[in-house]
Amino acid sequence: MVTTTIPGTDTSSNLPPVIEIELREPWLAALLAWVLPGLGHIYQGRIGKGVLFFICVLGTFVYGMYLGGGKVVYAAVSWEQQYRWQYLCQLGVGLPSTPMLWQREKALTVHRRRIIQKNRGMDVEPEYKGFMAPPRSEPMRWKDDSGNWCRQPNELAMWVVKHHPNFELGTTYTVVAGLLNILVICDAAAGPLIISPGKEKDEENEQGKTK
Amino acid sequence: MLYEPLTLLLSSQFAPLLAAVNLWYALPLIVSVSLVCAATRHEEIGIILGHAVRFGLWIIAFMGGVMAVLKLLDILS
Repeated sequence: MVTTTIPGTDTSSNLPPVIEIELREPWLAALLAWVLPGLGHIYQGRIGKGVLFFICVLGTFVYGMYLGGGKVVYAAVSWEQQYRWQYLCQLGVGLPSTPMLWQREKALTVHRRRIIQKNRGMDVEPEYKGFMAPPRSEPMRWKDDSGNWCRQPNELAMWVVKHHPNFELGTTYTVVAGLLNILVICDAAAGPLIISPGKEKDEENEQGKTK
Repeated sequence: MLYEPLTLLLSSQFAPLLAAVNLWYALPLIVSVSLVCAATRHEEIGIILGHAVRFGLWIIAFMGGVMAVLKLLDILS
């Protein structure tokens, strides 16, 4: 059981105001905070903050998914022209984003099988598709808003055109959600990030001396 | 009292501008980023909300500043 204290605002007593926070097992709280945003805080009994983090981080992630038509969260694959670095940030959200890793493995397995089938002159099976699966590399046909059929060089190009500009917005939302959850994990593991008044004074004094 | 600047912004002549440039999409993001950042620095809900409002307004001011600089560069070029 680990506890930490931070300066408080209650000045009713003569003692300096402090808030004591029970971090319980910080590593477990951090792990739970990664698994589901806010769960680490709920485990520590910090229910209000846990609910706040759950709503803010998961809300941002889900809204981003909605904006991007459910296509913005997928893991990088070798056959894409540009490396999908955003997935590393999206993984910060934890369990809700991990299906993309599973889907990538499935897509890679199908991709390897397709290469073997092509080399042996056999019938080639279709590319893997599914929720949070990486985009397919084959040209895609789809009906645009004006009802005309058009052709895109691959599925990612189709997603970008189809959901523009929401594909980029959705990607930004999900990336930010993942990065925010890293702050949440730190808060669960070590408590709020506060510069103590003593340190602030020391820093001010040092700055005064250097001037 | 803390929410007055936000109310003023939403009822001001800048509201249609925000809609025109799709900046409404930034508002939910500003709200969630402000709340989460504030909550990782404090433990009491009242202080968290106060910090979040100040931080959110600071982000809007920063974005406005960047927009003004870009507009100025656009006019000068």
